[in-house]
Amino acid sequence: MSDTDLKTTAPPALDTTNSNALPVRHEQFCTFRLGDLLFGVEVLSVQEVLLEQEMTRMPLADPVVRGLINLRGQIVTAIDLRRRLGLPDLDGGHPMNVVVRSGDTAFALVVDEIGDVVDVDPTAFESPPETLAGKARDLILGAYKLEGRLLLVLDTECATTIDDSIIR
Amino acid sequence: MRTLMSELDEVLGEFLIESYENLDRLDQDLVALEDDPTDRQLLSGIFRTIHTIKGTCGFLGFSKLEALTHAGESMLSKLRDGELVLDAARTSALLAMVDAVRQMLAAIEATAGEGDGDYSELTTHIHALTDADGHVDVAVVEPAAVTPATAEAELAKTKKSKAKKAVDPTHAEPGAEITPEPAGVEPTPATPDVSAADKAPAASHGPGQGDSTIRVDVSLLDTLMNLVGELVLARNQIVQVTGAYGEPDLATAAQRLNLITTELQEGVMKTRMQPIGQVLGKFPRIVRDIAIGLGKQVRIDLEGKETELDKTINEAIKDPLTHLVRNSVDHGLELPEARIAKGKDPEGRVVIRAFHEGGQVNIEIADDGAGIDSERIKAKAIEKALITIAQAERMTEREALQLIFLAGFSTAETVSNISGRGVGMDVVKTNIESIGGTVDVQTALGVGTTFKIKIPLTLAIIPALLVTTDGDRYAIPQVSLLELLRLEGEQVRTSIEMIHGAPVYRLRGNLLPLCHLGHELWRSDPDGANPAPVTPWRGPSADQRVVNIVVLQADGRHFGLVVDDISDTQEIVVKPLDAQLKSISAFAGATIMGDGRVALILDVLGLAQKAHVIGEARDRALAKASGAKAEEVIALSESLLLVQVGDRRVAVPLSLVARLEEFPRSSVENAGGRSVVQYRGEIMPLVDVAYALGAGPCAEAATEDEPLHAVVYSAGGASMGLLVDKILDIVEEHVAAGEAQPGTGIRGSAVIAGRVTDIVDVVELLRTIDPAFFLSIDQAGAL
Repeated sequence: MSDTDLKTTAPPALDTTNSNALPVRHEQFCTFRLGDLLFGVEVLSVQEVLLEQEMTRMPLADPVVRGLINLRGQIVTAIDLRRRLGLPDLDGGHPMNVVVRSGDTAFALVVDEIGDVVDVDPTAFESPPETLAGKARDLILGAYKLEGRLLLVLDTECATTIDDSIIR
Repeated sequence: MRTLMSELDEVLGEFLIESYENLDRLDQDLVALEDDPTDRQLLSGIFRTIHTIKGTCGFLGFSKLEALTHAGESMLSKLRDGELVLDAARTSALLAMVDAVRQMLAAIEATAGEGDGDYSELTTHIHALTDADGHVDVAVVEPAAVTPATAEAELAKTKKSKAKKAVDPTHAEPGAEITPEPAGVEPTPATPDVSAADKAPAASHGPGQGDSTIRVDVSLLDTLMNLVGELVLARNQIVQVTGAYGEPDLATAAQRLNLITTELQEGVMKTRMQPIGQVLGKFPRIVRDIAIGLGKQVRIDLEGKETELDKTINEAIKDPLTHLVRNSVDHGLELPEARIAKGKDPEGRVVIRAFHEGGQVNIEIADDGAGIDSERIKAKAIEKALITIAQAERMTEREALQLIFLAGFSTAETVSNISGRGVGMDVVKTNIESIGGTVDVQTALGVGTTFKIKIPLTLAIIPALLVTTDGDRYAIPQVSLLELLRLEGEQVRTSIEMIHGAPVYRLRGNLLPLCHLGHELWRSDPDGANPAPVTPWRGPSADQRVVNIVVLQADGRHFGLVVDDISDTQEIVVKPLDAQLKSISAFAGATIMGDGRVALILDVLGLAQKAHVIGEARDRALAKASGAKAEEVIALSESLLLVQVGDRRVAVPLSLVARLEEFPRSSVENAGGRSVVQYRGEIMPLVDVAYALGAGPCAEAATEDEPLHAVVYSAGGASMGLLVDKILDIVEEHVAAGEAQPGTGIRGSAVIAGRVTDIVDVVELLRTIDPAFFLSIDQAGAL
């Protein structure tokens, strides 16, 4: 079993500029890309990020379940976010995984590419944009405006809920 | 100050733990004492237990508890000295005291105070019963042996909490280890501590255990189990890797590691094993209380109390068993008057048997009550729109009985507050299946009902066969595995037949339904990833040269699973699937193999049901096709005809019975000193089986008007009529070879439908009665 933990981003930068003033509240998000969309999950809920992993595919489950991963002896369910969002499957390329904790279970979210850890100003939180398609809107808690881009905040609990009616 | 408080907390915690255990024992002892009120040892033991509780209560300042237990102690003192006699009223009062003490202990645990309950009425009641008259002259003999009640109390005081160093530091106080039961349920607490070598936890008649046990926190044992599980995985990996290397020293070390891990695993598993008596011990009290409440007389017998189960299984079956027992007493057993009218003993009997068999724990709950009427079941199910009339008509009796496990089903005429709320049986079945077990029911109308539960012995580490299909590996628990078959070349085409469009394989004369694993998992899933229409697997393709079949059993039936490749057997650690994936019935969990990859573990029963390779309809179709009698593919059970002969129950193998007939008494004639009857154009001799077996007279003597019942046995063109008092039922039972009594015609005895039954070897019996009968047939060369 190869240990393919890889933290591809630099550790979150300490905010030293305001050390003498009242600290500005920041929230930090681990970001990742799916197609043209940029998503983020709160850094504290991210256990780790991984490169492409060997997976055991899961028959009889919703296709959203990409498979099962062996994470240092723990069996983690991998959710394909593209399928969850109704996007077409990635054509070629090597997807990456964001391992998030939801309660006391861990899930691996399969994404196109991992981005940086980003600071956001919590007051800049907006409700989900109108332009987002149906499935995507259900999975987004809101958005933050970054320079020239929109960061969509993923609802991890919703994203890791597999549609019950399909599973037997 | 803090040290003093934490010391007191510790003392309080220990007090609670011990008291709960003592109260459980009191429950059992009081019910046992009611059966035998003069048992000196029991009386002294009970007195000492209550005395201990009272003493500690006073020391800790719980005045209400002290007052209540003091009342109980006074009564017990008089009982022990023979000044009072224990009757039902006093027993109930003492049991009520036990319940009240539990309530107060729960309050203490939660709030460190005794709670607001007012127990003065109960206390007065106990005093009243103590002061009432009832002088009996019984010699008082002080038992010399120390009973476990005091031995444990002393053990705890001296051993203190050495072993409790392992208490999780995040726990606020030791008392928090005990999980309090939700209100409204009988307040039976979980026993958080396990004595490692204590094999006689509840027996108040056994010798004291002395210093050979130690208290260990259950969470520590859980941690050990997990670690051993991980060790097994690591061992698997090392064994796999060293196999590839071929380095002799490394191989030797790996081999040692292998052996040690196996032994360690077995040892740790043993620490978690508890005798099922821990759970069963509560039932005498439960049964007594329900019976009194309903005005019924019930006796409960427990067999196999020493059968050991993993602690988690013991916890999991507590509720289902309780419901089944309550059900038996409430709905199964009739009122004494009704029982007498049926010729039964007014005292109903519930038997719980526990034993190991076939790698599983079997628990049977049998009652000799009214049995389950499958017609009524069907009617109720139709009424509740659970099945259609058409379905009901097609159902066999066995299928009809399964209806009681459907959600929302209850045939109780009056929903008593004990059971019959309509949520019982399906919850029982779900609970048992969630730990990988099965539950089945057999019944004989008017005779009784038996529920049979089977549970796998261990949950966490199991031996499994690894197979490959469609490029993926799967693990099949060895407990379900029967054999492996490999078909090659021409065999592939010739030995797999198609019956009603489904492939079957003829295995030693029996037809084995087949299903293909890859097909079931990937190609028969209309709503899943591959939304193709469901086309069943039609057998191997034309160019297939090799077919691998894994013969499995589920729910007592066999089927064959076709896979691409079969690897070896390995011990695997069962890891649960994510909660949302658990509902997929075909899988029981997942495991990590030696190469680090994840493999899914098949749930054999779930897979078989999904593939429709088991089920009554399938059996009938197969049976019709093969022209054989519709019997289960496992020919382990026998069809037996149950009859009443005098005062004995007798079973005759159905295969030997030609016909069941009735003759008016007037038709019996005498020929050559024998009773005979004219039957189908010949003279058929009659045999008085009761006389032949030496049975006593039947409880219900038949009147002159009633016809005689005869079981007709034919051989070689000649017939004999065996006279019986009553034809009872036809049952299917697995009958092990019992002790044959030579010269009597009895092949052995068994407990069938809750009653001891003699199994008769008809041929042998007839030989002893009328050797000439067989002589003539022998001569005719027919036998």
